[in-house]
Amino acid sequence: MTVADILQWLQTPGLNHFLLISGVLFSLGVFAILTRRNAIMVLMGIELVLNAANINFLAFSRYTTGTLDGQVFAIFVIILAAAEAAIALAIVLNIYQNFNSVNIDEINQLKD
Amino acid sequence: MTIDLFTLAFYLFALVTLVSGAVVVFSKNIIYSAFALLFTFFGVAGLYVLLMADFIAITQLMIYVGGILVLLLFGVMLTTKVINVDMRTGTIQTLPAVLVVSALAGVLVGVFWSTDWIVSPAAVGFEKTAPRIGEMLLSSYLLPFEIASVVLLVALVGAAMIARREKKAL
Repeated sequence: MTVADILQWLQTPGLNHFLLISGVLFSLGVFAILTRRNAIMVLMGIELVLNAANINFLAFSRYTTGTLDGQVFAIFVIILAAAEAAIALAIVLNIYQNFNSVNIDEINQLKD
Repeated sequence: MTIDLFTLAFYLFALVTLVSGAVVVFSKNIIYSAFALLFTFFGVAGLYVLLMADFIAITQLMIYVGGILVLLLFGVMLTTKVINVDMRTGTIQTLPAVLVVSALAGVLVGVFWSTDWIVSPAAVGFEKTAPRIGEMLLSSYLLPFEIASVVLLVALVGAAMIARREKKAL
């Protein structure tokens, strides 16, 4: 693969480019889910993962099938993300009232 | 060497998305993370527009930026001691997570890069997707649509039920 090939590849954004971005975004989200102590940061990581998945749906819908099925699926993903955020925030607020903390490594009463 | 507008817009939105996504993940201050998430959502919405999904892009802006992000900010403000303690949040199990995530990212990027995807020559040019999505939601996707509405109703009632402050033990 020569330099000219790489430049040519960089100049024509296609399916691969969108997929690469969604892959990196997904990895960032998983990293946030795995490492952050604050429960709300974990929720932000989940939102990043869902956005990456949505980019994949739309990219395949645009470049391979040409139909709008992927876009309809993306709408359902967004709907579920909204429901998930509402429920999760309610749970986090309840945890905060009970434990006075939202650090997920301190909420381990079930272990004892 | 010519760079057309599509390429330029693609790299702009990709840069916005990835840089602010990295800020979300690596920032120590949770407020910075929440505000970087705003720019991530904007960048992703721009990518949606480039993928000819205008309706999804607007939906993304309205629901993610207008709804979920505000909800997350409320969560941050209600659960962090804003006044006296700095809002730094720690990290746990960083080294295993770095290993796992770099392996995951390597696999994903490698697969996405090397696979020879079948790309059909799709129609060039933007079209209005909202009417067609509306027709599909009310014809071939009617059952998932109705189920989603029930799920939203149940989720909202449940969230209000969980989050309300108990006056007395029941």
